[in-house]
Amino acid sequence: MADPQILLRDGPAATAPTVSLDAFAADTNATAVVIQPGEDARVLLAHLDRLALVEVTFPAFTDGRGFSTARILREAGYKGELRASGDIGVDMLTHLQRCGFDAIAPKDVLDADQIKTALATWPQVYQATVVDGRKPIWALRHGQ
Amino acid sequence: MYLYDQYDQAMVDARVAEFRDQTRRRIEGTLSEEKFRPLRLQNGLYLQLHAYMLRVAVPYGTLSGAQMKMLGDIADKYDRGYGHFTTRQNIQYNWIKLEDTPDLLADLASVEMHAIQTSGNCIRNISSDQYAGAATDELIDPRPYAELLRQWSSFHPEFLALPRKFKICVIASETDRAAMRLHDIGIRIVKNDAGEIGCAFYVGGGMGRTPIIAPLVKEFVPLDQLITYSEACLRVYNRYGRRDNKYKARIKILVHELGLEEYRRQVEEEFAHLQTLAIEPPLAELERIKTYFADPAFETGLPDEIDLSNANFAKWVKANTAPHKAAGYAIATISLKALTRQEDGSVKAGIPGDATGEQIRVMADLAKRYSFDELRVTHTQNIVLPHVRKADLFALWQALVAAELATPNLDDVTDIIACPGLDYCTLANARSIPVAQKVAERMAPKAEEIGELKLKISGCINACGHHHAGHIGILGVDRKGVENYQLLLGGCEGADTSLASIVGPGFNEDGIVDAVEKATNFYLAQRQEGERFLDTYRRLGMAPFKEAIYG
Repeated sequence: MADPQILLRDGPAATAPTVSLDAFAADTNATAVVIQPGEDARVLLAHLDRLALVEVTFPAFTDGRGFSTARILREAGYKGELRASGDIGVDMLTHLQRCGFDAIAPKDVLDADQIKTALATWPQVYQATVVDGRKPIWALRHGQ
Repeated sequence: MYLYDQYDQAMVDARVAEFRDQTRRRIEGTLSEEKFRPLRLQNGLYLQLHAYMLRVAVPYGTLSGAQMKMLGDIADKYDRGYGHFTTRQNIQYNWIKLEDTPDLLADLASVEMHAIQTSGNCIRNISSDQYAGAATDELIDPRPYAELLRQWSSFHPEFLALPRKFKICVIASETDRAAMRLHDIGIRIVKNDAGEIGCAFYVGGGMGRTPIIAPLVKEFVPLDQLITYSEACLRVYNRYGRRDNKYKARIKILVHELGLEEYRRQVEEEFAHLQTLAIEPPLAELERIKTYFADPAFETGLPDEIDLSNANFAKWVKANTAPHKAAGYAIATISLKALTRQEDGSVKAGIPGDATGEQIRVMADLAKRYSFDELRVTHTQNIVLPHVRKADLFALWQALVAAELATPNLDDVTDIIACPGLDYCTLANARSIPVAQKVAERMAPKAEEIGELKLKISGCINACGHHHAGHIGILGVDRKGVENYQLLLGGCEGADTSLASIVGPGFNEDGIVDAVEKATNFYLAQRQEGERFLDTYRRLGMAPFKEAIYG
């Protein structure tokens, strides 16, 4: 399990030991799970209540499946920690945050100043991802 | 034309600042080339054979005079004095320095332009009909829908690392001038039986090494579900598109491998889910965007007659203008496939899609004077002045003649689409530009007699030159280290979209020019009243053409 370098919310990182998606299905006591890019996050939807941590792996930064995984879980109401781990560059941070990740565990430690700059990149956003709680530009334009 | 508000401007400015920081980190060495590559690509910056190439987005091909002028100034300030208009209605510069790029992007931002997502595995610039808002045959101006999609697709956090690039096209007429069904998503604005406007979605088309004409996935998506349905299409692709082989990663392969029914089912399921979330902009936003695309103040009572007593002018009017929806106006196309007569009487062909900085500024100025300050870039690499008073056409033509921009060859065999090819591109197997020039020079004397003939050349199997959609297509390949050219016949990107077939064994550079001439000679001998080259080919089939070419 990868410890997060960055937490995008208050409170400590989740500490429950993670198991694979296969093992999670078999182990009714597990409260933390790791999802690989090719795995379907929707199999977890029936178990969101007992989950404290979902770790979504990014073996390669060019593989964007984890972004969909995260949104799907948050859209379904998952409230626990959602951690991105693996090949994560500083330039992905805002996109991860917008898809609902609240903990980031990059394989290579990121520079603190660069993190600060990156997280402040976008003054506004065009889309409603819903899961990041941000009002999109179209809502601001129409007083919503 | 769409104008940025404070939000749009802030987003583009933020992107310039972000890229300035990324470029600094790259030059300092804290950002590796491997990590920088996708970042620069999503800002349109490629590393080509000799230098960086920067591709600038021209959303749905629409530009103002001030924007066009800036494109000309950039050609002189940062490039070697040229801009190259592309088959995706964009412009690219072939001689850019990495360290100059942030300043170049800042210059673009000052006229509400950018290079965002003009490359990389993300949603690319949205393309559209170059006659939008001026055509006689459109249901409605498609550009507001394209602008809505532009904003939705810009920096969409879920879709920035897709399996492969993703191209969307929006049109609103039966006559398809934008190769809509050869896009990852092609949208046709339609009216249903109840008289409501909505979107027909064609998904999974494309060219490249596996050309596929997009099938209709959904007949009618109401306007207030356009973004939601698009998001569903993209999410299914992002999750299940192949990532094991980049040549099988486009959505056309996913749709093909899943089967249309299964892809449609998965999208419907995702669509039903996404409709429960508030992700769709309100119709008021579409209405806000629409106000920017209102008709310009067309004059009424203008003369509809054009004095065609000057024969060269008459030739240009016949070839390069199209009917306009407003009486007394015409749509004028400026050909960027120059044919220049030399002192010895021979003809020299220019580079398809190229214009000098000065020519770009001339076109900007002409748009201001004669076309309500508006221009369009076409996927055939020409420029359109969409709203010209017929009474002004002669003055416009004279100005174009002076700028060597008045070649009267729209849609004829010398109006060739060509990719940059091996002269610039790292992917190419063969040169495209010199072949286009040789074909145009050989065919110029007969071009008028032949009439409409769309000839398209790609320098490799990736098909940036749209050879699959050419009435005549030419594909450059590498045969044991030697450039070799395959001839294809019968493609069409219009409403009756079809894919071209390979005729037979390939040719060398001179041989392919001969083959084109033989094919067109055969057509001239065989054509019936009113038939274009494509019609004759479709009537007779491949066999007699093949015999005429190889026999």
